[in-house]
Amino acid sequence: MKRYSVFAIAREAMRHHTGWERAWASPLPKSSYDVIVVGAGGHGLATAYYLGKNHGITNVAVIEKGWLGGGNTGRNTTIIRSNYLQDSSAAIYEKARSLYEGLSQDLNYNVMFSPRGLLMLAQTHHEVRGYMRTVHANLLQGVETEWIGPEQVKRLVPIMNIDGPRYPVLGALLQKRGGTARHDAVAWGYARACSAMGMDIIQQCEVTGVRQQGGQVTGVETTKGFIGTKKLAIVVAGHSGQVAEMAGFRLPVEAVALQALVSEPIKPCIDVVVMANTVHGYMSQSDKGELVIGGGTDSFNNFTQRGSFHHIEETLRALIETFPIISRLKMLRQWGGIVDMTGDRSPILSKTPLGNCFINCGWGTGGFKAIPGSGWAMADLVAKGEPGPLAAEFGMDRFREGRFIDESVAAGVAH
Amino acid sequence: MLILECPYCGVKAEETELSPGHEAHLKRFGPGSSDEQFESYMFARKNPKGVHFERWRHTYGCGKWFLAARCTATLEVFGTYPAQTSEPPADIVAKIKARRPNWEGVK
Ligand SMILES: Cc1cc2nc3c(=O)[nH]c(=O)nc-3n(C[C@H](O)[C@H](O)[C@H](O)COP(=O)(O)OP(=O)(O)OC[C@H]3O[C@@H](n4cnc5c(N)ncnc54)[C@H](O)[C@@H]3O)c2cc1C
Ligand SMILES: [Zn+2]
Repeated sequence: MKRYSVFAIAREAMRHHTGWERAWASPLPKSSYDVIVVGAGGHGLATAYYLGKNHGITNVAVIEKGWLGGGNTGRNTTIIRSNYLQDSSAAIYEKARSLYEGLSQDLNYNVMFSPRGLLMLAQTHHEVRGYMRTVHANLLQGVETEWIGPEQVKRLVPIMNIDGPRYPVLGALLQKRGGTARHDAVAWGYARACSAMGMDIIQQCEVTGVRQQGGQVTGVETTKGFIGTKKLAIVVAGHSGQVAEMAGFRLPVEAVALQALVSEPIKPCIDVVVMANTVHGYMSQSDKGELVIGGGTDSFNNFTQRGSFHHIEETLRALIETFPIISRLKMLRQWGGIVDMTGDRSPILSKTPLGNCFINCGWGTGGFKAIPGSGWAMADLVAKGEPGPLAAEFGMDRFREGRFIDESVAAGVAH
Repeated sequence: MLILECPYCGVKAEETELSPGHEAHLKRFGPGSSDEQFESYMFARKNPKGVHFERWRHTYGCGKWFLAARCTATLEVFGTYPAQTSEPPADIVAKIKARRPNWEGVK
């Protein structure tokens, strides 16, 4: 792999950009691997990357039914934060957020991480108490957040109407080191780094069956034939239930659609991310000037990657009260992704009833921010066969044992 | 836009009039059941990509719960039936089989 650098740009400028190589190879599958990761979204690719980087395991294939990053990783609104309440969530999300800070250097790929600051608005007294509690919890967890009053919110976001009338802004939870990153670049950067380590990323190849012998996984059936493996990591988000069924177990997961939309581009007007959870709307401005907007999930089981129109209407109705200037903006595009919602709305990183088969899913509406931390913890689990400290609480046994991670990490709000 | 006919009041309701209640025909386990049984009732879900039997409530109409057979991959509706039914009625099953010859049947 040729490194990207300012010198490379200068060199290529001299020769009409004829020397750039493909960022990753498109190999045919080998007959077997040490580890197969199913799903080339951010979580699958990060799992493969840290298997190589942290554990020296590089005889790895990442198998993807579509194109890499074409699932929720390429469809999300890219909010990154780690201001969670429970210790186990704060630990893994803060690990991810701190890895994001150095990710562009680590991958030699600009993921455009922008720690521009993130506000979670309190628009009811209940939220005021809730967020003050979160600030205290974060203090103990070593996650830097603070509580700010309405005047300070207005100073940070002058286009915001803080006076209601229905939901006046009473203050906000501010995480200064939260922000956004370029979603595609996260997938592409990990893919390029995996390919450079000699891993095979096999696109347009759907896993259609899981083969096992004596309770141990032996390989996967795919649209490109059988591929053997010693270990299997299932990292397929919305399709977790389908692949788990192939492996012979059922998950506490349901798939629903989550939508997002962007406006026509306008001049810079908001330089932080704002989330308004009471009214279910959130917004940030992309580098191109588009307002990136999301809201709640559509609540029925759905695999169509489309959502219902009335949810867009609800989201915009809610945001217009808080941001009156958007009322006459045209919306450019709308899309949906299929998110995997667990019974307690927290993710699953777990061993499974099938030997040497591991699963990472349930990130639902909020897993983009978790990609580096989740990949790190998943690589640990796959390499050692047992969860390390980051993944320990996220096993799927918790649903049987009643040990829920009771946090609306993915509570129907795309964050 | 999803439209379901309420089997009680006969109204063809569009989804803003309805609330989804997820998987139908769950086997309920209570006190005295094993951890596995209770987990299967509370959390484990079929979540199929295809034919799904599910609960809906006609919230902004008659207010009653009913059941529906629907395809989660295309949003096609095969039919609706009253909630006081312990398994999908034969006519709805026949209709699904006609529309989805490869369907594996009620599992
Ligand atoms: C509209 C929207 C907005 C969101 N906003 C945010 C946000 O602001 N912040 C945030 O943190 N999170 C957000 N999320 C959530 C976030 O996008 C996801 O949690 C995260 O991207 C999941 O990554 P993943 O790698 O697990 O899944 P994916 O990126 O979906 O990757 C899974 C891959 O598996 C592949 N696959 C599935 N089945 C098979 C098979 N049988 N064989 C081979 N491959 C298969 C799929 O094609 C897919 O590419 C949002 C999601 C959506 C939909
Ligand atoms: Zn009715």
